[in-house]
Parts: sequence; structure tokens; C-alpha cells
Amino acid sequence: MWFFIGQFLSDIMQSINSYIHRAQAKKSTTAYRSTWQRLHIDFFLFTSVLAVITMGLFILYSAANQNMHIVEKQLLRFLIAFFIMLIAAQIPPQRFRQWTPVIYFLGLMLLAAVLAIGVVSQGAERWLDLGVVKFQPSEIMKIAVPMALAWYFKDRQLPPSFKDVVIAGLIIIVPALLVAKQPDLGTALMISISGACVLLLTGLNWRWIGGSLLALVASTPVLWHFMHNYQRQRVLTFINPARDPLGTGYHIIQSKVAIGSGGVLGKGWLNGTQSHLNFLPAHATDFIFAVCGEELGLIGSTVLIVLYLFILYRCIYISLKAQDTYTRLLAGGLALTFFVSFYINIGMVTGIFPVVGIPLPLISYGGTSIMTLLTAFGILMSIHTHRKLNTK
Amino acid sequence: MKKRLRIKNHQQELRLFQKRMIFTCIGVGVLIGLLFFRLFDLQVVEHNKYTTMSTQNHLELLPIAPTRGLIYSRDGILLAANKSVFSLEITPDDVKNLKQTITKLKQIIPISQDDTDSFWRLVRRRPQYQGIPLKYHLSKQDVAKLYVNMYRFPGVHIKAHLMRYYPEGKYFAHTVGYVSRINPRELARVNPTNYAATNFIGKTGLEQYYEKQLHGLVGYQEVEVDAQGRIVRTLERVAPVPGKNLYLSLDVGLQIAATKAMGKYNGAVVVIQPSTGQILAMVSTPNFDPNLFVDGISEKTYRKLADSKAEPLFNRDIRGQYPFGSTAKPIEALEALNDKVITPQYTIFDPGWFKLPNYHHIYHCWLRTGHGNVDLHRAIVVSCDTFFYNLAHMMGIAKIDTVFNKFHLGHTMHIDIDGELNGIVASPEWKQRVKDKPWYPGDTIISGIGQGSMLATPLQIANVTAELANRGTAYYPHLLVKTTSQDDKTTTMFKPTEEQSIIFPHWIWHFVIKAMVGVVTEPEGTGWRFGRGLQFSAAAKTGTAQVYSDTGTQVKGKKVIPIRLRSQSLLIAFAPVKHPKIAIAVLVEHSPHVAPEVAHKVVEYYMMHQHHLHDKSLAPPPLLPVDSTTPPPTPAKSSQQLITPFNND
Repeated sequence: MWFFIGQFLSDIMQSINSYIHRAQAKKSTTAYRSTWQRLHIDFFLFTSVLAVITMGLFILYSAANQNMHIVEKQLLRFLIAFFIMLIAAQIPPQRFRQWTPVIYFLGLMLLAAVLAIGVVSQGAERWLDLGVVKFQPSEIMKIAVPMALAWYFKDRQLPPSFKDVVIAGLIIIVPALLVAKQPDLGTALMISISGACVLLLTGLNWRWIGGSLLALVASTPVLWHFMHNYQRQRVLTFINPARDPLGTGYHIIQSKVAIGSGGVLGKGWLNGTQSHLNFLPAHATDFIFAVCGEELGLIGSTVLIVLYLFILYRCIYISLKAQDTYTRLLAGGLALTFFVSFYINIGMVTGIFPVVGIPLPLISYGGTSIMTLLTAFGILMSIHTHRKLNTK
Repeated sequence: MKKRLRIKNHQQELRLFQKRMIFTCIGVGVLIGLLFFRLFDLQVVEHNKYTTMSTQNHLELLPIAPTRGLIYSRDGILLAANKSVFSLEITPDDVKNLKQTITKLKQIIPISQDDTDSFWRLVRRRPQYQGIPLKYHLSKQDVAKLYVNMYRFPGVHIKAHLMRYYPEGKYFAHTVGYVSRINPRELARVNPTNYAATNFIGKTGLEQYYEKQLHGLVGYQEVEVDAQGRIVRTLERVAPVPGKNLYLSLDVGLQIAATKAMGKYNGAVVVIQPSTGQILAMVSTPNFDPNLFVDGISEKTYRKLADSKAEPLFNRDIRGQYPFGSTAKPIEALEALNDKVITPQYTIFDPGWFKLPNYHHIYHCWLRTGHGNVDLHRAIVVSCDTFFYNLAHMMGIAKIDTVFNKFHLGHTMHIDIDGELNGIVASPEWKQRVKDKPWYPGDTIISGIGQGSMLATPLQIANVTAELANRGTAYYPHLLVKTTSQDDKTTTMFKPTEEQSIIFPHWIWHFVIKAMVGVVTEPEGTGWRFGRGLQFSAAAKTGTAQVYSDTGTQVKGKKVIPIRLRSQSLLIAFAPVKHPKIAIAVLVEHSPHVAPEVAHKVVEYYMMHQHHLHDKSLAPPPLLPVDSTTPPPTPAKSSQQLITPFNND
């Protein structure tokens, strides 16, 4: 442990050092690095994230019935998360590569611990109470699983062999099952998807992709058997929301009413009736996109989605510019995970997907997912800013 | 193999990765396109549908009930009021410990187990932020005690609402009627929007007949509510239009006097002001307390009323159909003289019975010993049956029916209470149609003394009296005088409808009315019980009708006739003779000789209090005296603004 901390501190010192000696570097014959690069911050990604967060805080202010206290709390979380992001950005990718197995197995142990001694929160064991902070280990796995896969494939020949795919599958399945057991279907799904994204990028044989999709469909009855009753209700409701309009179908109907009634221009910021009069459930957390749709209309929703696509574009760009397999797979995996997380949330809120408890990244009220997400962006920045610059 | 594995082709891997990434980007593009398609579908294509749903979600129209119109008597005494009643309500959301609160409240006012049981039932069913009633009908003492202690009970409220109340209670049970909780069948008949906030509807009497005027128009407020149904703010408010107040022709003093005069007897009293057709009193006994019905009558109490042999719920004035008895004699005399069937000098000898030629059946006079020589005047005065058996035989049933129809018998009086019955003017066709039997000569004979199948309601009999009093002209009897808006700004007078005049030569009217005066004043007159001690001139005719009289013979063979088979007593009278102010019909069931005494008390009360009763402002224009030669004036066409008694058809 101390070894890691020592490494970590030396990395930080190194980046500060390089910043201080930028004048020297400028004069040297090596390629020019901008101030942002010296700070290991990717300017494009940073501003896009900041734009989404700013827009998100305005939406949250309205969704929280103009409760400034909630916005301040969220802002504080962002500040902490930004700090963590900046620190993550200072750590060179090879360090992440070294730590990967440790992070992954530590995460697995924490998940087991949650199952053993987790405190019951909202009917599901997700939180590990560390005395001062409540901690959700399943969130770590969203990053740890792509890391572990990238680490596993870094020295292996791509496209992967059958044996490699099986091992990769285990790397994904074990934490996903532990999370699903909590039960937290949404995060388990996100973990599996983050793993699947990396596998897709390794150049996995199309036949295997098709085969596993078929297997997934075939295993639906088995999955159904293992589902909790509320999860089954959600799926049934997705198939037919009118089945139970006041019960499980209520969420999705009210959410569609909110978005639909917003129209092109929206009802105006702070003027949404669905959210302010509490018809829309969870309007500050999982269903916050409906507030955006209701108050800011099609235009506001489009702006938000386009901002997300900016972030996505930059992440994919970073992955394409990455210089080795590990960073390439990790960056690509994280980028696609980000896409899937906002896409599933918006899809759920607009009724494309069944209701799963996935928050809208960077906007939904709540702490843990913000930390994870900004840490991921930090890693992406680190990957991009620690590249060896090849002079032509 | 191992060696091959270690060698990684970085360029190839990068190309593979780029290929995959491009493929993924295409996938992302397709998915994002799908998302925008979905948003477009929701926010543009189906925008209107969802806007409607959103509006329905948060905007509500809350109806506000209009205040029901009041009902006053002609002398301005309140007959139907809206009383504030107080109930104790608890809002569970605002109370920390419900059980403890109720225990504490029990120490202040009595709260029954039933009250608490129904309270807990409601607590489980209703939203917790709403007031839930714990006790209804708080007494003034309870309210006072609770108000003093209110500061100790957050979330406990005393709520006032309006409930119908009948201050005069049983005296107007059959005329004013009562309101009660509206039921689905009634709700289907009325405009449900207008009754959205109304809990009560007129069930009987004037409350039912003038429901439309009394109810008023519903108001509403548009409010914004949140998902829990809590009102966030009021956007718009349209005040309800309160119902109209009714002023009746009924006089409280006379009504009570008539009810008291009836005493323990069952029957009916109808008093009409002949010049206007206004009903001054309309009594049906036994009666009941209409207040019992307003907030739901208990099954036990209702059974007791409904199953009673005396039928207190039965409105005898308009639904009781009785034989005329001898009160039919004066009108038969009118027709007989007019048609020159007999002359005033025509005399017969009454041996105490009458027999049709070629028939063996003997029709007895009420006086078994007979009246000796009887002319028409004396026949009316002593109510000689034999004379009228003979007269009926001479007239034939067609002429008897003609005069009955002239006096508007056999038709409803279009009084402003629903459920009035027609009565029966029996004719050969009627008997063939209804009873499928031929008309026997004997049927005609007993019709001569108002027996047989001839039936009339007390209201119809009173109307006949008014027609006699006015010498042939009258308004249809009615109860409403005027309606006013609740701010007293607009008044609508009731326009009574004139009946078709009955035309006889003046001397015939004079002759018959003189005979009716004789009933009261002459020593032999059958109306002596009515006339003794009266301070003014009056004309009357008594009647005794048999209840079960298929053959026209009296029920006999028993020394004590059971009450329900005893003859009923009838009296019609008007006074003063020259300018009649009052026409009265009294019917007492199963108790001979009582009606004249009841009528005496009622008429005496009226004459003693007449100055109070004579209010010129309430009267419509007096009827024109009808000359026997000129046709009656056609009634003015009522404009739509005026209420006519036929508005129900």
C-alpha cells in the first residue's frame, strides 16, 4: 500500500516539476506542450464537461424546486470530483496499468464486504458505511472492469482467442453478479456493458458477438427466474405502461407526459408543472432528463444531447490517439461506457428502455456516480496528456 | 506457438481498433438518431396529447355549491331554512398522536364509539392532509367547549356547513316537503355539472317541484393541485348563483290551527282564497317531521313511518281519493235546474227509501224514517238522499258527469306539488274500460248522492268549493306567490291560471247557495255542528261517504263498526257568503260528524285573524265578475318569464 502511495506522490511531484520547468522545455528541441498539457488537463474535454455540468446545475435548481441548498451540495460534490479528476489526470497511464490488478481485486473484496455487512439503504444493500463516508464499491467496478480487461489484453494478440474471451467474460461476470446480488440491476448492467464495450473494441469475432447475444436472449427465462419481483414489474411495465398506470407504470407515463408536454420550446425554466407539483417521480435524480424536456423543450434536450456528444467525441478521439493497447482499450471502453450510461438513462426516461436505476451522468443529483465519472475523465486526460510526442 | 503469441503486430491492432471504433461510431449515430426520433415523436407529433394529460394532471375544476333558496310563508315566516351545522374534523397529517388526541377530545365532549369507528375507517381510506370528520352535529355547548380548548389541539378543526332545516317541522311536511341526499337515479335526471357540489335534492312537495328555482347555479374555482391532490393556488373563481327564495300562499297560523283542529283524526283540510286561488292552508294528518329525512333517516324510524296504518307519509290532500258523498248534491242541483230537469218547486215525498221502477233493490235515505215532503231547497238543507236518488234517475248519468266535468273534477288541479291524482268521474264508458262491467241503473242512482265510483281528492273538493263561492270562476289552486332572488333585487310574481268559467244563470247560483246557507242556519240543517256560534254568514254542505260501499248499502250487522270501515266525514264551506274570502274542504277519515267541527275551528280562526292574512301585495288581480250571458274572459297569455303551474308538462 505504502508503495502505491509513494508512487502516487512522485507522479504528482513530477507533474508539478514539469509545470515549473516549462520554460526550459519550451527552449528545448522536444515538441511544444501547452500549459493545459503540462497541467495534464485536456482543454476540450474539460470545457465540454464543464458545460454539461453548468447546464445540469440549472436543471437541478429547477428540479429541486429552487432549493439552493441542494444545488450547493451538488456543486460541492463537483468540486471534490474535479479535484479527484485533476489528481487522476496527473497519474501517468503506466501507473494505472501497474495498479490495475490491485484495484480490480480490491473492488471485488469490497463488493463481497458490502454483501456481508452492507447497510440496507432503500431496500437494497449498496452502501458500505466507512464511518464517515458512505461508499458504493459497485461504482469502482465501472472503471475497474474496463481497466482489468485492457490490462488482460495488453500483451495478448488481438483479436482475442476463445480462451481469452472466456477469461475476459469471467472478469466481467464475477463483479456484475456480485452487484446484481445487492441488488442493483442498473449498475450490474453498466458494469457488464463497460466490459462488453472493451471486448467489442478488442476486435472480437463477429460470430462470437452474435452468438453471445443469442445466448443472452436464450437465457432470458433464466434471468427472469433470478429477478426480484420489482425488477420483473419494471420489465412488464416497459412492455405495456398502461398495465398499471398508478403503480409501476406511473413513472414512465408521467415522464412521457412531462417531455411530451414540453413541446419544441418547453414550458420555460422553472415552469414545469409535472416536476414542480411532484407528478414526476425522482425528478431530481434518475428522471431529471424529463425536467429538461418539459421546461427546455426539444431545443434544450437537443442542446444537452449535443453537449454529451461533444464529450463522447473527445473521448473517442483520445482513444484513437492512444499509443498502446492498454490505454487504447481503456479509453475506448470508458468512452463507450459513458455513451451507454447517458443513452440508457434518456432512453428509459423517454420510454425506449425499461426503467433501470441509472442516473443521468453529470446531471442527476447524487454523489457516487459523479466521482466515478470524473475519475474516468481524469484517466482519459492522463492518457491523452502523457503521450510521447513523436516528432516528425 | 508461444513465440507467435508474444509478437504483437501494433500496426494491425491499431487498424483493428480503428475499424471497430468507426463501426461503433456508426452504431452511436444510429442510436442517437433513434433518440431524436423519439424526442420528436413525443414533443412534436404527440405534443397536444401530452399537453392535455399534463393539464389534466395539475389543473382541477372544483365546483362550489350554490346556497339553496329559502321558503317563506305568506306572512314571511321561514318554512325551509339553511342551518349552519358544525362538525369536528381532524387532519391526521397535522396531528402527532391521533389516538391520544381523540382520548383527550373525549374528555371535553362526548364522542360515541360509532363516531370513532367510522373515523378510523375514513382515516384508512382518505388522504391524510384532508380534514376527516370525527363528529357531526355538534351542539352549541360542544362548539363552545371545543373552541376554548382549541389551542391544545393542532390539526383539529370545527367545520361549519349548511344543512336544510324546517323550523315549522311537521306542520308543512306534506306541502313544503323535504330535501335529502341526492341518489344516482336523481343525479341522472338533473344536469350533473350543476349538481357537482350539491349533496341534497328536493324529494317531495315544493322542495321537489321548485327544485330548479331553489337550487341555483353551481360556481367553480380552477385550482392547481400537486400530485398529492393538495391545492397549490387558485387560478380562477366563478361565484355560484344562489337559488331563489319562494314565498308561499300558505299561512303559518292557519296551517297550525287547521292541523290542531284535526287533532288525532286522520284526514285533510284545504283552505283556498277563492278570489286568487291561493291555498291558505293545506293539511294532511297524520304528519311527520321532515327534518328526519334531511340527513338520512334511520331504517327503524323510516319503517315505523312507512308501515304505520295511519300512513303519515301519504299526502291525502292531493293523493287521497274519496267519494264526494253528499257534497255532490249542490252541483247536481245546479245542473238539474239549468237543464230544467226539475223546477225549484218540484216536490217529492220521502218515505225513507227509494226504489227504481221494475227493480226490487231498496235505496235507503240516511234518515230511515224519511223526510216527508221535500223540495230541492229542503233536500239540500237536510241532505235528503231519496230526493237525489230520484233526481239522479231523472237526470241520467250523462248529465251528472257533465256537471262534474264542468267543476273540473276528474282532472288534476295542476297544483305545484308533484304526484297529484285525477280522481274519478264515473261514466258507463269508464266502467266498461276499467272494470269491464256494464253500467247498471243503480250506478246512476248512487252517483246522485256522490257514492259509487265517483272519487275526488280533498284539493279537488276544495276547488269545487271555491268555484261555488265565486259563482263559477276560479283560479287553479296553487301554493307559490312569488320568487325572489336571494339579494331581494328581482321578484317574479307567480301568474295563476284561470279556470274555465262555469256558466249558470244567476238565479240558479243564488238558489243553490241559499240552500247551502240553509245547511248552516236552518234548524234542520245538517251543518249545525259547523254553524253554531259562527259570527258571520257562511254556506256549507256536509257529506258522509261510505268507504266500502259496493252496493250502496250501509255496512251494518255490527254494533261497533271497525274504525277503518266507518264512514268518513266531509264538509265544504265558504264564508262570508256575499264576498267569500275563504273556501274550505275538510275530510276526516273514518269518523262521522267530525269534519264540521274541524271546519268550524278553522273558519273561526281565519275570521279572527283575517286582517293579518289579507295582504293586498300578495294578491293577483281579482277575478272579473262573470255575467251569465257574456263568455268568460280568456286568460292573458302568460309570458315566459312568469311561472305557470303547467311548467312540468
